[in-house]
Amino acid sequence: MKKTLGAVAAAAAIAISLSACGGSAPASTEAKGEINYWLWDANQLPAYKQCADDFTKANPDIKVKITQRGWDDYWTTLTNGFVAGTAPDVFTNHLSKYPEYAAKKQLLSLDEAVAKDGIKLESYTKGLPELWVGQDGKRYGLPKDWDTVGLFYNKAMTDSAGLTAEQMANLDWNPQDGGSYEKAIAHLTVDEKGVRGDEAGFDKNNVAVYGLGLAGSGSGQGQTEWSFLSATTGWTATDKNPWGTKFNYDDPKFQETIAWWAGLTEKGYMPKLETTVGASLADNFGAGKAAINTTGDWLIGQYQSYKGVKTAFAPTPKGPDGKRASMFNGLADSVWAGTKNPAASVKWVEYLASTACQDVVASKAVVFPALTSSSEKAAEAFKAKGTDVSAFTTHVKEGTTFLFPIADKAAKVDGIMKPAMDAVLSGKKPASSLTEANDQVNALFK
Amino acid sequence: MTTTTARGAVPARKATGTGTGNAAPRGRRRTRSDLRVALLFIAPALIGFVAFYLVPSIRGVYLSFTEYSVLGDPTWIGTKNYTAIFADDLFWNAMAVTVQYVALNIGFQTAIALGLALLMHNVAKSTFIRGALLLPFLVANVIVALLWFWMLDYQLGIVNEVINWLGLPRIAFFGSEQWAIPTIAGVNVWRHMGYTALLIFAGLQSIPNHVYEVASLDGASPTRTFWSITMPLLRPVLVLVLVVTVIGSFQVFDTVAVTTGGGPINASRVIQMYIYQKAFGESDFGYASALSVILFVILALVAFVQMKFLKGNESDLD
Repeated sequence: MKKTLGAVAAAAAIAISLSACGGSAPASTEAKGEINYWLWDANQLPAYKQCADDFTKANPDIKVKITQRGWDDYWTTLTNGFVAGTAPDVFTNHLSKYPEYAAKKQLLSLDEAVAKDGIKLESYTKGLPELWVGQDGKRYGLPKDWDTVGLFYNKAMTDSAGLTAEQMANLDWNPQDGGSYEKAIAHLTVDEKGVRGDEAGFDKNNVAVYGLGLAGSGSGQGQTEWSFLSATTGWTATDKNPWGTKFNYDDPKFQETIAWWAGLTEKGYMPKLETTVGASLADNFGAGKAAINTTGDWLIGQYQSYKGVKTAFAPTPKGPDGKRASMFNGLADSVWAGTKNPAASVKWVEYLASTACQDVVASKAVVFPALTSSSEKAAEAFKAKGTDVSAFTTHVKEGTTFLFPIADKAAKVDGIMKPAMDAVLSGKKPASSLTEANDQVNALFK
Repeated sequence: MTTTTARGAVPARKATGTGTGNAAPRGRRRTRSDLRVALLFIAPALIGFVAFYLVPSIRGVYLSFTEYSVLGDPTWIGTKNYTAIFADDLFWNAMAVTVQYVALNIGFQTAIALGLALLMHNVAKSTFIRGALLLPFLVANVIVALLWFWMLDYQLGIVNEVINWLGLPRIAFFGSEQWAIPTIAGVNVWRHMGYTALLIFAGLQSIPNHVYEVASLDGASPTRTFWSITMPLLRPVLVLVLVVTVIGSFQVFDTVAVTTGGGPINASRVIQMYIYQKAFGESDFGYASALSVILFVILALVAFVQMKFLKGNESDLD
């Protein structure tokens, strides 16, 4: 009756039987033929289609076939492709995934190409190129774009609450009383009778608009959920980054941050975790159910597309150390080690990382390309569309970014941390229970 | 089924020797030629069975004794996976969640399907209505799951809008720990009840009418007729339906995968979801294979117990 898993198993069985013959085909050294390229963000598809057209114009012997797959399917399809020998020649890679692929020898090292073709790594935004050097010291990706997080808020709601854009851009936070950040969130929360969260008689069980939206518990990274807060307390997820082997979820600084954040739900300023299964954070924002969302710059376009909602952007609040913080995540393009066409694939990756392609991406104003010059062009393109993106670029300018925690066994860490964080956020367990989860995580590296 | 129908096309001289077993006294030559033809017709099914079930199953059992991450070769680690499973809280949680799901799913599904089948048999004789009952089953599982996922959404779903309009508190159907499994079970009951009803309906039709006539002559009440005639005579079909649906129910995966993904916390992490997470999420194929073997053993036992104690292979009609 329920055949899905059977089908998956059958597919896996075929995959396994095919893998034996996958690697034997001779690899072509000539840069020609068709190469497959995958990405997950549909918003960026038009930009890369144009890059591919331009690339084929310059290299008529090489055709690029682009496939876009949603994030959820992307990684399992990719892993199955590695085994079956049908993985794309070139694909968009993520920091949480590439360590495992590199360790399993699925990625082509790009050092030789970088040296031979004289790619200037210093022209990329500082910190990005180093992210893609694996534990073995080899380079597995050329930087593509970067992202930071910020506050996305409903302009009409802050206006009626009497909060100015300047106030929104200068919030501060601490884990004890939440600072002016919590005050703003409380003031923006409105119950069904119109009483604000910081006024007497506020009914926390019948909230019409939450001050702060909730996407989920953020698992072990909390990229857009809590990492911009915990980092201002001086906390880091691992002992060193990249390639940390000891996690710090037992640190009181981290647990205090999470306890404060989870407390917002109890106060009625943030939705309950159980209500977030279903419609996305952004859709609830579009439906006017939350005043502030904390999320990443790659969603700017989506937040501006809701009819009748004017979205404005503010940088993340300043923390106890007096500075702001934002996780800095960078994507890159990698070449699959099993490609039959390494020469053409490397050429395409180099083109994707070049000014020519990154300027095209910049002109579409969807993300910030990795090249510093292209990134500035993207900021201008956003400005031309009437969007002020300084909330996101300020972190790069002022050096308040910190790196996405890169570690081996990311999927297993996630398997432990997601339920553990869910339990804390839904009020089932205290934040101190994260110490136990931390022990389990650290046991993975013993 | 395919083999029997195909047999009809065999030239007439073969028609005398149906079934290789019965043909034994007629001499060796005949048996062997029958075997060859039989093999020819069985071949398509056999190849499929060997390639897609037998070989993967054997390989799965082998992999359950290894550490294997797909990319790379399996390394033999003996029974380590199995000992780890018995100490794995998430495994026991998954089993408890799965059993809870199966109980809810099978309980409601069988009861509702039986009711529907009786209605189809006695009241709703129009083909249109009978066909309409099967409609949910014609929609793909994932689509059904997504449809309900959106209708039951906490903030924007139509069901919660109605609940809210009635003045009742909204329910986080897929989001709360108490509701997740009952909701998923409910969605699958909705999808499968028509199909199950159809199977039971076929069973009802096979009960000869004269038994009912005798009962009514003896003045038995409808309730008495149901418990003393319908249920006992329906038993072989009901047992078959139960075996098939219980096995299917234990293997629930798609509805969970597209809605809760095993959450909130671990509340809907059914065993198949856990296997999938271990294998395709964490690339721990050895451990996942061991989990699958355990599930296989459990299902085999369940099917055996059902067949044995409910006497599914005997009919009371004789």
